[in-house]
Amino acid sequence: MSHSEPEFVANSPWSGGTAPFAVNSKKLGMWLFIVSDSLTFSALLIAYAWVRLATPEWPRPFEIWPAIAKSTLMTVALLTSSLTMVLGVAAANRGDRKKTVRYLWLTIVGGLAFIVLHATEWVTLIHEGVTPWSNPWGVPLFGGTFFGLTGLHMLHVTIGVLYLAFISVGYSRGKFKPEDVEVSGLYWHFVDLVWMFIFPMVYLLSVNYKG
Amino acid sequence: MTAQSDVLDAHKPGSTRLFVTIWVVLLVLTFVEVFLAYERVPVNIMLTVLIGLSLIKAALIMSYFMHLRFERLGLFLTLIPAMVFCICMMLIMFFPDSVRLMHMRPQ
Repeated sequence: MSHSEPEFVANSPWSGGTAPFAVNSKKLGMWLFIVSDSLTFSALLIAYAWVRLATPEWPRPFEIWPAIAKSTLMTVALLTSSLTMVLGVAAANRGDRKKTVRYLWLTIVGGLAFIVLHATEWVTLIHEGVTPWSNPWGVPLFGGTFFGLTGLHMLHVTIGVLYLAFISVGYSRGKFKPEDVEVSGLYWHFVDLVWMFIFPMVYLLSVNYKG
Repeated sequence: MTAQSDVLDAHKPGSTRLFVTIWVVLLVLTFVEVFLAYERVPVNIMLTVLIGLSLIKAALIMSYFMHLRFERLGLFLTLIPAMVFCICMMLIMFFPDSVRLMHMRPQ
């Protein structure tokens, strides 16, 4: 930390410092939410792994083309939106309002691309007869875990897109501070981070080589 | 701007070049994962490598994109070890039972 910090941060927590982590309360709140949400996703991923290990013939429906190619493209879209988000946060911290809003909208476009691609992926599976309760391969839990995991993640992405749009409009009107942009960025990167586990565990471990 | 937000905004390092580098590394790791799937690597090796690469990617995202590397150590120590501990507790429940079920499968 710089030597210019005022007493209330400089004081150690033990001697009455009021901001021991040197972050604002919104940021700390978002971090606490992220920790608890990561446990929700961990529980779902572990449940999926448990069910998969306990099932003799787990279906592997994803062919390299188009399913894996499409989900790779989704991963690229999400990673790129994380990059534009972090550049947006940097622009906000520099005080460049116009650039911040532009980067935020680029991030939203990345998120929307992910949602649209994922929705078409879902529609393909639904046409093959996969629902959360049944599928042609006789392993109903496949649909349950697949739609449970990706559905909760899709919900997070959708909420993230709305959250970023809200922040972007508010920030361009001067209603929000750079720290609000940064807190929304934390959420967005977390959504990206979760996909870094769902993509390999759900898609790359279920590649269909017979097709 | 108040004195407090001055202080809170003071520690925001990280250049565009750094973020682009991290993004490229994340993309390369993703393509390595996809390549392994394409090459039909045996599933047990595949699982180990995928979890390892995913953890590296998660660490990169948290450290650089989520700025955790530039925050105070106290924030990291408050958040991450507790989270890792809770996930390990779930895995303690998971491993013996799922391995037992795997061996109970009709062959």
